[in-house]
Parts: sequence; structure tokens; C-alpha cells
Amino acid sequence: MFKVVKRRQLNDNMFWLVIEAPLVARKAKPGQFVILITDEFGERIPLTMAGHDSEAGTIDLIFAAVGRTTMLMSQLQEGDALMDVVGPLGKPTNMDGLKKVCVVGGGTGNALAYPLACGMHDHGVEVDMICGYKSKDLVILEDEFRAGVDNLYMMTDDGTYGEKGFTTDKLKELIESGKEYDEIVAVGPPMMMKFTCKMASDYGIHSIASLTAYMIDGTGMCGGCRCKIGGEDKFVCVDGPEFDGALVDWDDLIKRSNYYKEQEAEDRAHVCRLTGGVRYND
Amino acid sequence: MINLVKEQNPMPEQAPDVRNKNFLEVAEGYTEDMAIREAMRCLKCRKKPCVSGCPVNIKIPDFIAQIAIGEFEEAYQIISEDSSLPAICGRVCPQENQCQGVCTRCAKGEPVAIGRLERFAADWHAAHYGDEEIQPVESNGHKVAVIGAGPAGLACAGDLVNKGYEVTVYEALHKTGGVLVYGIPQFRLPKEIVAAEVAKLEAKGVKFVTDAVVGRAITVDELMKEEGFESVFIGTGAGLPSFMNIPGENLIGVCSANEYLTRINLMKAYLPEYDTPIMHGDRIAVVGGGNVAMDAARCAKRMGASEVYVIYRRSMEELPARAEEVHHAIEEGCIFKLLHNPVQILGDEEGNVRAIECVQMELGEPDASGRRRPIPIEGSEFEVPVDMVIMSIGTKLNTLILDTTDQLEANRKGGIGTDDGAATNRDGIFAGGDAVTGAATVIKAMGAGKVAAASIDEYLG
Repeated sequence: MFKVVKRRQLNDNMFWLVIEAPLVARKAKPGQFVILITDEFGERIPLTMAGHDSEAGTIDLIFAAVGRTTMLMSQLQEGDALMDVVGPLGKPTNMDGLKKVCVVGGGTGNALAYPLACGMHDHGVEVDMICGYKSKDLVILEDEFRAGVDNLYMMTDDGTYGEKGFTTDKLKELIESGKEYDEIVAVGPPMMMKFTCKMASDYGIHSIASLTAYMIDGTGMCGGCRCKIGGEDKFVCVDGPEFDGALVDWDDLIKRSNYYKEQEAEDRAHVCRLTGGVRYND
Repeated sequence: MINLVKEQNPMPEQAPDVRNKNFLEVAEGYTEDMAIREAMRCLKCRKKPCVSGCPVNIKIPDFIAQIAIGEFEEAYQIISEDSSLPAICGRVCPQENQCQGVCTRCAKGEPVAIGRLERFAADWHAAHYGDEEIQPVESNGHKVAVIGAGPAGLACAGDLVNKGYEVTVYEALHKTGGVLVYGIPQFRLPKEIVAAEVAKLEAKGVKFVTDAVVGRAITVDELMKEEGFESVFIGTGAGLPSFMNIPGENLIGVCSANEYLTRINLMKAYLPEYDTPIMHGDRIAVVGGGNVAMDAARCAKRMGASEVYVIYRRSMEELPARAEEVHHAIEEGCIFKLLHNPVQILGDEEGNVRAIECVQMELGEPDASGRRRPIPIEGSEFEVPVDMVIMSIGTKLNTLILDTTDQLEANRKGGIGTDDGAATNRDGIFAGGDAVTGAATVIKAMGAGKVAAASIDEYLG
């Protein structure tokens, strides 16, 4: 069992759990993910780690309670446990040779951008961070980002916090103002990553996108996470999760992210109706 | 006395129309009477071709002779001298290509049903002695790590613990058993049987560490340098599922057989109380002709598909699946489209599968595999309306262990390179099963695990 040692609610729907997982923590690096199972009846879901502490043997998971499993996880209290956590999986973020990058996070993607941006900063890379949210009540991790990167730019779609506009508006402004980035990293919903990477390409800047996909084992066995990268089939779990943003077939990825849409909608309704979020376990 | 009836005693089975709607075991096993009658069909011939036909050389005529005189436990003990997993191999071995394929009785009639007798002996033992307490084996002080809790790893761990080694098995998934739990369905191999085998090993002293991906969480070199293992056996199995590289393979409704089977078997998506989502197709095409394809097709039927097509590019003669699986699949209503090859998968406006386009094939000259090469018949393309496609055309090797183990060498196929004794180029590191050979069978993996155990014993002894 993998014990919850700390729980923090970030906003209405976002949670931060610190989980005891020594085998994962000892080798974890920014950009890598875990697969977890809540209990005997749970599914296996991948989640990018938001951080880790090798000495304490813990990992950080930040998530929005949007699916059946994350809804169940949001109910866990300190002292409760997940049945299984396996990792670290996937390739770590490449930081070598980078001097200055801009990390662009969208919505819940900011939780995953957080370890990546701070990890790069700790590695000696100059990091500009653009955090985009729909509105003020969804803002997370502002203090953490401010402490961990060189420059932080807060954006909301409706202008209720920070500057009004999309992350791409700010990215464009920064590039136009003369900032020279070696790389732009996009972490967030596929549509936001698509436009961020496209903008990077338009300015001739290399881009990286951190992809999420359906997967079961996370070690290359199921092939559920396959996506088209430069016309070739790649597996997010073993070849990724980060890919060259210019090579990602975004339309294919967006289409495939709806694979289990119907079942998931049913599942969500089921969790709420039956249990108010907590599994009926008799 | 020898039973001269030319046909095998049939094994009782659930009726096809009943079983294709449930996940209970299809074949129900011989009764004692049936087993004795079948055992008496063995001619006790002098050449014993069956023994050399068996990848682990089980003393087949000897155990059959014991069944014939009603000494069932003795029969089980004889099998156990050479096989670690008789209840499993009796169910899943391709006997027709191994022991039974060379049985002397094939000259006139059907071979002795060796697999069914093996299963009978193992099940009889489990029913009568399964609860016997197993004592831990006294340690010889040597530590060995086994990577992968599938058939190769379990067999290797079993032989090593019997010799007194302190064995720790690392498994990437959350359950032990490898392909026996994620791949082979419940109706062909009940998971309780696998769990019982693992429990036996645990009772003897084998430690299992699940949720541990060697190569990521810990490397082979760290196991040896930091964790104190003097030797490591790598039995990580076959790797990444192959796709055909035809248009439409990323449509919604296309998945690998590995994914489909893992969702059903490991994650129990067929039971309503489990969360794992699964796609329900009404007309499903399974592409491929191996055992995995048969498992996927038969699962698809049980998940409620009204039509299931098995699309295979050669003819029934070349179809590689075990004969019994093909027979069962046909009985259960799977439709075989032989000499057909998919050209593309077609989707609707939302990106869902709506049809698979196939071309008809004819057989030409034999190719490198010795089988006649399938050649497309020009202009014969046509569409089969389906809403799901399951790709079951084999796997590519996973390079994680090779990439993360210092100086470990690959073989020509890209698997882990070994000699006949399962030794790799690195001292103390051994490998076997699909990780070395590419996708093969449970019994071959088990055999390789046993060979490696003997080599490790020699290396450390």
C-alpha cells in the first residue's frame, strides 16, 4: 500500500497528495509519470509526478478530480492509501544544452509544468513561465512558481486575474519583445499545446509538448497510448511522454483522447450518484 | 491392457452457445474414469517420441502409466520432476505440435491426450493435496533476482528456491503471473490456478515485489551492486504490440490484442464492479491467426459482439494458433476470413471505425518461414462493415533492459543475447523466454526459465 502522507486542496477541484512510494521516489526525474490504482476495483491511470523527495521516499501528485479515479482520489485523507503506484515511467525531460526556455502551462497542465519548470531552473536554465487559467478561481501554484522560476506571467481567459488573454498572446508578446528562447515547452490541454507549438514553429523555435494518453501498463505492452509523431507511430509511455511539438499529429491525438469518452461520462455519473465520490465497498 | 479405441476420450465442455456468453472455464477436465481410460491408450512404445517432443522432456509414458493404474498423486510427482506449472501447461501447451504431434498412436488414429492427462493429474493433486502446508526451503545463502513474474520467471524461481536460493521476483504489473494473468483469458486458464502456483512459491520462500519496473525504478546493475544479488535472471517477456502501418489504425475502435485482453483479463473489465473502461463493439474484426488472436476473438464474443471475424492472410493450414483454440473459436461462432488481408480501416466523420477493407490473397511459393507466401489478388478489395478492429499480429521486443543494463548485448532479432545455457555476455546475468526469442509459448518460456535456473546453480555452486 502507498500511504497518503499529506493532502492539500488547491481549489474547488484540484488536489495535491504526497504519497509514500520509496521505490519510485529514489529515481524520479522531472517529466516522468507514475501509474496508480486506487483499490482492487480501480483502473490503472497515468499521472505525471508534480515532484518527489528521494530522501523522504515520497512523490507529489497534483490532479483535478475530473474522472472516476481522480474523484475517488480526491476523497483520500492523510493516512489513507493507494493500492498500487508504479514508476518512474517514461523518459525524463531533457535539459542538457538549454540556456533559456519558456514553459507554457494551461489549466491543470500547470501542475505538470511545475516540476518541469522548477527542475529546469534548478538545472541552471533560465526559465520564463506563462501560466494560463480560465479564470481566477482556477489559479493554482502561483507562489510555488514565483519561487521556482525566473519570470512568471499569469494569464486568465476572462481577465479576472493577471492579464486577460490566452497563453499564446503572452508568448507572442515575449518573443516579439526580443526574448530569445532555445526551446518552448507546452503542457496542458491538447488544443492549447497545438497552438503553442505552432507558434513556436512560426518563429523557428524548437518546441516540446508533454502528452497524456490512455495506457494500461505504462511499459509499452498495451499500445493504447500510441500517437503519430512525424508520421510514425510512437508510444507515449516508453518513447515519451515529451515529444517534438512540431512533429506531433495534433488532430490524431485530440481525436484519440475521446476513445473512452462515453464510458467515462457514465462512470462519473455513477460515482457521484452512488457514493458521493466514495466507493461503495461492502 | 491397452485401450485400442482410435479416438481420444473427449473432455467434457460447456456447450458452445452457453460458454460464449460467460467467462467460466470452457473445458471441464476428465473424471478419474475418463483419465484412466485415456491413459490406457498409451502403447508404452519403446521410442517414447513424446518425451523428446516436450520442450521440458516430461517423462510422459511414466506418468501416464501411473494414471492408468489409478496412482494419480504419483503421476503428478513424476510430472513435477520436469515441469513447474503442470496445471497451466496441461491447459495452454500446443500439444499437437509437441508431445502429441509425435505420438506413435498418430499412425492410426488420434494421439494419446497427453495434455488432458497432465491437466488431470495436476488438478487431482490440487483437489486432494492443495491445502497441504508447504515448508520454507532452507537457504543456501545465495541471493538471486528474477525479473518478470511470468512463466519463465516463475519456473526459474521455482527451481532455484527448491535448491535453497533466496529468490526475489520483480514484477512491473500489480499482479503476478505475466501473460498467464494479463493475456490468457479466465475461460482458458482460471486465474486461481496461477495464484495457487505463486502462493506455493511464496510458501517456499520466494519474495515477490510487484509494481517494480526494472530498468526504471532500479536497474539490473543496481540489483547486483547495491542489493546484493549474485545473479539475475531476465524473463521480461515479449514487448510492444505491432501494428500493420495501414491507414486508419488510429481510429477510435482500433486497439491491440494486448490492450483488449489486458483490460479484460488483468483489469477485469468484464465484471461490472471493476472500473476499467472497455469498448463494446457489435461487429468486431480480429486481425491475425495466433493464440492471442483466438483469445481476443473469443473474448469479443463473450463481451457481447454479435459478429466476430478472424482475418488471417494465409489458409487454415498455416494458421499458427493451437488446434483446440481454433476449434473452440469456430464452435463459439467466430467467423474465419482466411486468405484475407486488411488494406485499410475506414472511419466515419467522428473518427469511429465503420469498416475494414480487405484484399483476397492466394498462396504462392514457400517463404523464409517455410510457409507458402500469401500474395494479394489484384482488384479483389472489399469492405467488411465493423465497429471495432483488434490487431493481433505479434510484438516487437522491448529494449528497456538492454538500454539500461551496462554492456548487455542483444541477439540478432533484437532480444537479449544468450548462449544455450541462457547465459548473457555479462557474468551472472541470465535471460530466457520471449525476452530472448520474441513471442513464443508458455512452455518454451518455462523451459528457458528452468535451463537458466540450472545454469545459475552451476554458476553460483
